[in-house]
Amino acid sequence: MIFHNTQLDNGLQIIAELNPHAHSVAIGYFVRTGARDEVMPVSGVSHFLEHMAFKGNEKYTADDVNRIFDEIGANYNASTSEEITLYYGSFLPEYIGTAMELLSTLIYPSLRQDDFDMEKKVILEEIGMYDDLHSFTAYEKVMQAHFQGHPLGQSILGSVQSITDLTSEQMRAYHAKQYMAGNITLAIAGNADWDQVLELAHQFCDAWPAGSTDRPTDEAQPAPSTQTIIEKPIQQQHIMQLGPAPAAKDPLRLAAELLSVIIGDDSNSRMFWTLVDPGLAESAELGFNEYDGSGTWLTYLCSDPELIQSNLELIQQIYNEVNSNGITQEELDRAKNKIASRLVLRSERPMGRLSSLGGNWVYRQEYVSVEDDLKLLNSVTLESIQELLEKYPLGHSTTAAVGPMAAVAD
Amino acid sequence: MGKQLIQTHQFSNGLTLVMESMQNVQSAAFSLMVPGGSIYDQANRHGTASILSDLITRGAGPYDSQQLSSALDNLGVQRHEGTSSAHITFSGATLADNLTETFKIYSEILKAPHLPENQFDASRAGAEQALLSVEDDPRQKAMVELKRRSFPAPWGLPSDGELASLPSITIQDVKRHYETCFHPNEMIIGVAGKIDFDEVQQLVEETFGSWKSRDISEEPAMVFDDEKVFFTKQETTQTHLGIAYDAVPYGHPDYYTSWAAVGILSGGMSSRLFTEVREKRGLCYTVSASLTGMPGLGRVLCYAGTTSERAQETLDVTIQELLRLGEGIEESELERCKARAKSSLIMSQESTSSRASSIARDWFYLKRVTTLDQINDEIQQLTTARVLDYVHEYPARNFTILTIGPQPLEVPSDIS
Repeated sequence: MIFHNTQLDNGLQIIAELNPHAHSVAIGYFVRTGARDEVMPVSGVSHFLEHMAFKGNEKYTADDVNRIFDEIGANYNASTSEEITLYYGSFLPEYIGTAMELLSTLIYPSLRQDDFDMEKKVILEEIGMYDDLHSFTAYEKVMQAHFQGHPLGQSILGSVQSITDLTSEQMRAYHAKQYMAGNITLAIAGNADWDQVLELAHQFCDAWPAGSTDRPTDEAQPAPSTQTIIEKPIQQQHIMQLGPAPAAKDPLRLAAELLSVIIGDDSNSRMFWTLVDPGLAESAELGFNEYDGSGTWLTYLCSDPELIQSNLELIQQIYNEVNSNGITQEELDRAKNKIASRLVLRSERPMGRLSSLGGNWVYRQEYVSVEDDLKLLNSVTLESIQELLEKYPLGHSTTAAVGPMAAVAD
Repeated sequence: MGKQLIQTHQFSNGLTLVMESMQNVQSAAFSLMVPGGSIYDQANRHGTASILSDLITRGAGPYDSQQLSSALDNLGVQRHEGTSSAHITFSGATLADNLTETFKIYSEILKAPHLPENQFDASRAGAEQALLSVEDDPRQKAMVELKRRSFPAPWGLPSDGELASLPSITIQDVKRHYETCFHPNEMIIGVAGKIDFDEVQQLVEETFGSWKSRDISEEPAMVFDDEKVFFTKQETTQTHLGIAYDAVPYGHPDYYTSWAAVGILSGGMSSRLFTEVREKRGLCYTVSASLTGMPGLGRVLCYAGTTSERAQETLDVTIQELLRLGEGIEESELERCKARAKSSLIMSQESTSSRASSIARDWFYLKRVTTLDQINDEIQQLTTARVLDYVHEYPARNFTILTIGPQPLEVPSDIS
């Protein structure tokens, strides 16, 4: 593996981890913009804009974009989160020129009115689709409540109302403000030639507007709350709870990653043995999510409504026990093995490397090779877990419940 | 594609090892396919195989349930156990150096499971929760129900079982299922990664070679459904549509032609369904078609999710596109299918898990392994005339149509 990085004059950052033995190459434009950067009333504009990217520009129509990507057999797509809009693809090395040109086209679409009107229907369908996924509804509600008054509480999809009301002019203004080259990182993993990458980047990205947008990253101060959404007649109850955890730049984030595996992985964790293995819950998991300036412990429980209350108590008991007594060396070692194996296996494919390569750069401006990652993982000790628990004890301040129950005790 | 090293060996007890050596990786992946899937569930005991696939890892040989999980976690095994119609499959991936120790543990799971009675209720409750989750996810439910209606029973029945059957399943049923189905005779072990064939052959001999063969369970008779149109009323935001029609099965001489026909409909974002239903009319976020099958029978299964006011139009437009395929195919459409095939075949060599499951599945269907070069050759030789001939021979008709949503849709009588 060879790492390269540079920056164009307009501020576009370029990083590459190259491997001549790979069969493919993966490329991603990581744009530092998402729901948290939206100023009301344009809720959902980042995600809508991500869709509009595939509608092309003066040179390529929407049909062209999809057709050419398919002609080179690319796996390509885009995603929008609270903080990053990512446009990515993986393809055979000989198509790097075509792929770079198309992915660069996506970042600066024409935003034609008729395309905008048609895509609005698709976005409304997507909102409808997620509305039928109850765990997603619970996630949206808990994020909204936990980060009330903080930009991280803004919905990624937006609402039927905000999308219906959104105009293409508002989208244009948002695009001009957020899609400056200084907000974008181009990451490349796999089989490519650095000189060629640079040449292509100059060719397709030199003309992008220079500059960058700042983002306030104050740590959220959530006020405890419980939201209950009585859903259409469904069988299971979904609970999501959030509590404060380390932010993306906090050195404790690796300890948090390990702790979430030990306590709430979907197999062989404390929550698994207490709730899932005995058949008390369909899912009982603890996740750790890191953002710019804030982080969350995310507890997810899905079970028979009648067992929700006792299951929540069981989870609380687990958290109390961990907060008071920590974890064992054996648990820590096992989690390290588990994560190390995931890291190595994922990194065997360029597409698998792309997200950690780009993510590390966007959040921390650092390159972490798989070997470095394994070393960092091994450096986590029981003491660092203890430090983490003192600063960010397991628990929640916010609860969202979706399902047939009229009330869920916090 | 580059040279692929695929080797096979059948052991004296009937077990077949299929292996692919991949030198540019550090990992090894495996897929152990035991012929004990849901088609072997007894009538009114649908879910037995599914419960067995959970209970079987709750202790085996010298390990109790937690020790077993911990031993595999310590070896870094990313594992999955699942039930399909024909098999209970144990798959996993880990660093190649850990394969020997991993196989020793799996030989205990397969040959000496505890199947603890005191954990049976927990296992069954877990199965019930999983089925309830499908009830709550209309998209998943639509596809499960479409498969049920478009394939003959018991092949089309949900592999995870049925809620109504669960209460009558006992631990004895699960133990009987194990006794009947878990034998090496027709078991397939697929392994792919940075490994040496001779070593793996020896490893399998040591771990599974002494396992005694038994009488083979007979495949049950097939029962076809007469009904073709189904509606389930549910208070959902979208209406969820499933459409199925006949295709050729895997292993058929026209299989790759059939794959290309479905690819033109639904492979990539320039495909017909995506373009006509989503891009031009904005009717859906998701619309797709895929080829699925069982030995001897294939089907195209389509899905679309759309808000209820536009559901009728979505159904009409989707069916129109399925029918329109018979009117002609452009050269460029086929070329794009070929490009996608080549690229995904080459990229599959970056995933040991994908190769291990592919070669094991090939052995089940074909009793041989098709190399990536052979698949690529077959696809690259296709012509639009041949794909069109196929579409005329196996047209989109005799549809099975299923909708889940607030209101039923009108299904034109001349097409169903």
